[in-house]
Amino acid sequence: MWELLGIWIQVFLTLAIFSFLYRDNPFYKFAEHLFVGVATGYWVVLQIRNVLIPNLFQPLFGEFSDPWLVIPLFLGLVLFMRLSDKYSYMSRWGMAAVVGIFSGLAIFGFGGGDLIIQIRSNVMPFIDTEAVQAFTQKAGVITFLNILSNPIFIIGVICVLFYFFFSTEHTGALGVVSKIGIYLLMISFGASYGNTVMARISLFIDRAQFGIVNWIPTVIIGILMIIAFVVLAITGKVDPKKQF
Amino acid sequence: MPNGLDKPETTLEKIERMDRRIVFLAIAITIILPLIWPLGLPIGVSPQVDDFHEAIESIPDGSVVLFPNDYDPASKAELYPMTVAILHHFFKEDRNLKVIGLGLFPAGPPLLQKAFEEVAVDQYGAEYGKDFVNLGYKEGREIVMASMGESIPQTFPTDFFGTSIDSLPIMQGIKNYSDIAILVNVSAGYPGTKEWVQQVVSVFDVLMVSGTTGVSAPEYYPYYNSGQLAGMLEGLKGAAEYETLIEEQGIATSGMDAQSLGHLVIILFIIAGNVLFILNKRNKNRDRGGRF
Repeated sequence: MWELLGIWIQVFLTLAIFSFLYRDNPFYKFAEHLFVGVATGYWVVLQIRNVLIPNLFQPLFGEFSDPWLVIPLFLGLVLFMRLSDKYSYMSRWGMAAVVGIFSGLAIFGFGGGDLIIQIRSNVMPFIDTEAVQAFTQKAGVITFLNILSNPIFIIGVICVLFYFFFSTEHTGALGVVSKIGIYLLMISFGASYGNTVMARISLFIDRAQFGIVNWIPTVIIGILMIIAFVVLAITGKVDPKKQF
Repeated sequence: MPNGLDKPETTLEKIERMDRRIVFLAIAITIILPLIWPLGLPIGVSPQVDDFHEAIESIPDGSVVLFPNDYDPASKAELYPMTVAILHHFFKEDRNLKVIGLGLFPAGPPLLQKAFEEVAVDQYGAEYGKDFVNLGYKEGREIVMASMGESIPQTFPTDFFGTSIDSLPIMQGIKNYSDIAILVNVSAGYPGTKEWVQQVVSVFDVLMVSGTTGVSAPEYYPYYNSGQLAGMLEGLKGAAEYETLIEEQGIATSGMDAQSLGHLVIILFIIAGNVLFILNKRNKNRDRGGRF
């Protein structure tokens, strides 16, 4: 029974969100506000249940196993001092700890995980002898393209870096190099956009599959929504020609 | 006049300014029809997906796998099929792999638990606490990752259900990353693959593979090229390729026809839009007496 009700609610909310594609409307607004409220409530409960109780309250007040946890408790509580005009400066102590720890981890992680290793991985031979060997053994389009991989990569990195080199005017040879750089950047933006389109279609496929599996509530709620839109249009509360 | 000139709109101008809801409708129909009547288009396997599979195959039987599922319902469409396919691989061949799941997105662990129950328990008879565990969600992002390098039990004193992890057989002898054979991350963004690479792979030298959303995949390719990621799955397509590889046709494979046709229609709209733009521009210039 509850599962069935859940499916009907899911179908309604899915169609309510998609109805925004027709135009902004009360169904969409309801679903949007409901989502924000539920997400906030869920997050608060989860923080208390999964973080504060097992990692702070239980060891500090329940088992008395780690008295040092008083320090993070204090730093956490002083964050609320922002609500007081007189003691708001105290909230900076907690914020300083948060910013300091995250900055330290981010710098450390970026240096070790990104900067050094990525520069090292960009240092490669212009011609990959293994790719040439593979081509001589089995000549084909793929093996030929593999030979071009390293030159394209190296030239690409150099051209893009020159595009971001602003100390000299981009004219002459430097202009040509930076132009190639911007074209390569555009290709990468295109790839990113393509991936974004793919992701968005995947989201729709998921909802469409859900709607097809549960086609009875989808059809019923869909028809009721269309009737509601017709009524709203007739009564003049919604202009069907206006899109958003 | 909508065209800015003192003459009525031409047909081409009308088409160019057509109601965008027609585009939405066309894409919706193109996607829904192949879901009802599948075409069975072939699915190839990319090298990065093959490498992902090989990395999991390369770990010894009985190894411990860390399986952070860093996503929430917003990315479920792309990443849940991935989680399901990966779990099939873990439990399919009776390799006695121990899977430690967790999530750094608040709403992630319930999805992971659902996948564990649907695949590990229902299809392979795996036992919670012995063959797999869900450590749940923990706030702290990079701090959680770094802290697990010190001690996993201290970072996660209880599991998803609030049970002390000391009482779970799977967690016996697990201290930190040195006990983990491979880190299999399913990631929707921050905190996710990038942070696991920066905080764990480069510091603790853990073998890692990643399944990501299509949107974030381009950001992670440099990690795959540099060898920091041993393999990658990219969006629903990556999940479908993985299903093909492990011979488990699932929800990702069933959506691939729709995905391909959806892309085709969008490509056609982009081409049509550009052709219309060029034709209209040429017509306007001609009307103004200029050159194209």
